[in-house]
Amino acid sequence: MSEQTPKFKVTIDNITVEVAPGTTILNAARMIGGDVTPPAMCYYSKLEGSGGKCRTCLVEVSKGSEKDPRPMPKLVASCRTTVMDGMEVKNITSDKVLDARKGVVEMLLVNHPLDCPVCDQAGECHLQDLSYEHGASTTRYEFDRRTFEKEDLGDYISLHMTRCILCYRCVYTAEQLTQKREHGVLDRGDHAAISTLLGKSLDNEFIGNVIDVCPVGALTDKTFRFKNRVWFTKPVDAHCDCKTCGGKARLWMRGDEVYRVTARKDQWGEVEEWICNDCRFHKKSAKDWVIEGPSKISRHSVISQGHYVGVKKQPVLIDKVIGKDPKMLLDIHSVSDVNRPEVELSKIAGPAHSDDFKNTGK
Amino acid sequence: MKLLLEHAHVEGIRYYDTYRKHGGYRSVEKAFKMTPDEIVEEVKKSGLRGRGGAGFPTGMKWSFLAKPEGVPRHLVCNADESEPGTFKDRYLMEFLPHLLIEGLIVSSFALGSHATYIYIRGEYAWIVDILEQAIAEAKNNGWLGKNILNTGFDCEIYVQRGGGAYICGEETALIESLEGKRGNPRIKPPFPAIQGVWMRPTVVNNVETLAAVVPIINNGGEEYAKIGVGRSTGTKLLSVCGNVKKPGIYEIDMTQSVEEFIFSDEYCGGIANGKRLKACIPGGSSVPILPANLLLKTAKGETRYMNYESLSDGGFATGSMMGSGGFIVMDEDQCVVRHTMTLARFYNHESCGQCSPCREGTGWMYKILKNIEYGKGKLSDIDLLWDIQRKIEGNTICPLGDAAAWPVAAAIRHFRDEFEWHVNNPDEAQNRNFGLAHYADPIHIPAGA
Repeated sequence: MSEQTPKFKVTIDNITVEVAPGTTILNAARMIGGDVTPPAMCYYSKLEGSGGKCRTCLVEVSKGSEKDPRPMPKLVASCRTTVMDGMEVKNITSDKVLDARKGVVEMLLVNHPLDCPVCDQAGECHLQDLSYEHGASTTRYEFDRRTFEKEDLGDYISLHMTRCILCYRCVYTAEQLTQKREHGVLDRGDHAAISTLLGKSLDNEFIGNVIDVCPVGALTDKTFRFKNRVWFTKPVDAHCDCKTCGGKARLWMRGDEVYRVTARKDQWGEVEEWICNDCRFHKKSAKDWVIEGPSKISRHSVISQGHYVGVKKQPVLIDKVIGKDPKMLLDIHSVSDVNRPEVELSKIAGPAHSDDFKNTGK
Repeated sequence: MKLLLEHAHVEGIRYYDTYRKHGGYRSVEKAFKMTPDEIVEEVKKSGLRGRGGAGFPTGMKWSFLAKPEGVPRHLVCNADESEPGTFKDRYLMEFLPHLLIEGLIVSSFALGSHATYIYIRGEYAWIVDILEQAIAEAKNNGWLGKNILNTGFDCEIYVQRGGGAYICGEETALIESLEGKRGNPRIKPPFPAIQGVWMRPTVVNNVETLAAVVPIINNGGEEYAKIGVGRSTGTKLLSVCGNVKKPGIYEIDMTQSVEEFIFSDEYCGGIANGKRLKACIPGGSSVPILPANLLLKTAKGETRYMNYESLSDGGFATGSMMGSGGFIVMDEDQCVVRHTMTLARFYNHESCGQCSPCREGTGWMYKILKNIEYGKGKLSDIDLLWDIQRKIEGNTICPLGDAAAWPVAAAIRHFRDEFEWHVNNPDEAQNRNFGLAHYADPIHIPAGA
């Protein structure tokens, strides 16, 4: 028996990648990475059944498979469509997709309050990124935005229903991480709301993870509320000896003060390992943690402003530009004495001038 | 031509004895002498198309049903008839409950479903009692339960009441609701034929489709296919409402022209109060509205007939759809803007809120239409509406987004100047609740068009 599992070849925006059968288009695109990857607001690879709802990851399937090359009639949600062998997908190369995505972003923002200046999620908000990358700069919506009654979910989690985009991630998290789900979606249509029945509070010991999975500022950490902006705090990877969870977390510090504890997130903004409420809400002192080092943050994130760690600028290949091998740009004194070696080049302020070499007596 | 409503006017046909006397349950006797595959074959031959709206061939749908070993299969009857303008299933279930039960038994046998469900919309509260009584009668007479007619086939039919949500008429939302969950449509694939109710293979069919199985088995699939034209075989129930002299349920064999259907005394009897025909929605609220000139004749100038192909002739540009058979007729006094606003309000109210284009877009469209209707609109709003519907259509999980977008698109496409009139004459639009009447006059279409 052959050990080799068959691989499906899928071409996304003219880049071919081989993936295992059953992989979704989105995950195949994530293997390629970069701009080819469709944005995802509701899909969460760690949550079973998530995805398909926000419609931002729509792609065009221009060729169904090797066997059945017909294109798919409609745009499909890449997070929930599995690849077929020989499938050809168009994401950013399809005008249809870009147009539809722009439409979806507009729809998501129609009832979003855009209160980013007072929102704790600002700076790490997926909707901010999405609208920045794919949205229009203005809105055509001229009506009052929908509002909700305020609801108290307990001491740790604050719910701003107006900001919610109904991705259902927190519902799946509660369903799959905790024994008893206490919140869900009530009502329907544009007045559908995340809520608990009869005002129960969320008090499961893992329920804090809903804050991390929330792509917008609908669920935020009450212990961090209005304390700081995320881009002023520095993320640090740390671990602790926790009985309930793995204890691997990310501390958001300013000086040696721990402002916030979250789970570690990967490059797609997804939690790597769930953490418990105790780690998240109570261990707010650097003494509780063993600090491993600064977290790697994508340089595109506003959080990395001011400290571009690991940024390597692409070298400009001068020979390609000028079409010939350039002379090495060396210290002029090492090749010639004409310009008086006693003049320290580094002492000259601004561009060197012939006067700098003439008036050495001064 | 009456197949389904043949005995509809017999007194007491609702009860088992009368129904049986008029040839009821013959098809079950006949079907139990056939193999399940033969029944499916017979339905395939009949060319029966789903009567719920999409018109997908029923036989083909049945043959897609996965049959893994040891996994129960289910048949679900979609009686969640919530499309505005459609009320044919209600009539069938209210007056001929045994016809549905009979069709369900035959179909359950063909598909191997031992537990069959009727998912009925919550508003049809009194019909639940009628159906449950009919089921009890059928059970007492040995047509349901264990070992039916000594064939060893067991079947039970359960009636499940919905909460009255339009979205639960979508088959995967129906399945979710049937399972006791929130009625959100599932993301397909997997299709219900592979994973439906409780992840078991499931067929969901409309009431009328399942009732039509009875004449197909009684007369044979080929006989049934002879009725009708082309790929529109058999008879179709139409529920007519609006400004006609005789609204109600009509069974047609799909050979009538639209003109005959609206104006002949046999059917609708013409427009009420001596008014003129302005527009019509031929298949339930979600299909595109057609102005009179395009309704009676296709864009090519041919007569339009009451069947799947002819009604959709010309695509969405100049045609419409058969849909679920909710025939809504509007006379010259009706305002298309107001009508479109009503529909937009409906879809806004009924959107499940799961996917963003439908959740936010339907509300947005409603608000804009409300502005236009109440004299606060701008001309740019019409283009904006067009753009919103374009961004909803095809980008949603389930067809509700399409259903919300199509009526708006068609109204703008065919009645744009009425929208413009509303914007330009806000005061007049307030004072009289109707639009322009000139659509009532069939516009001459040159032969070459």
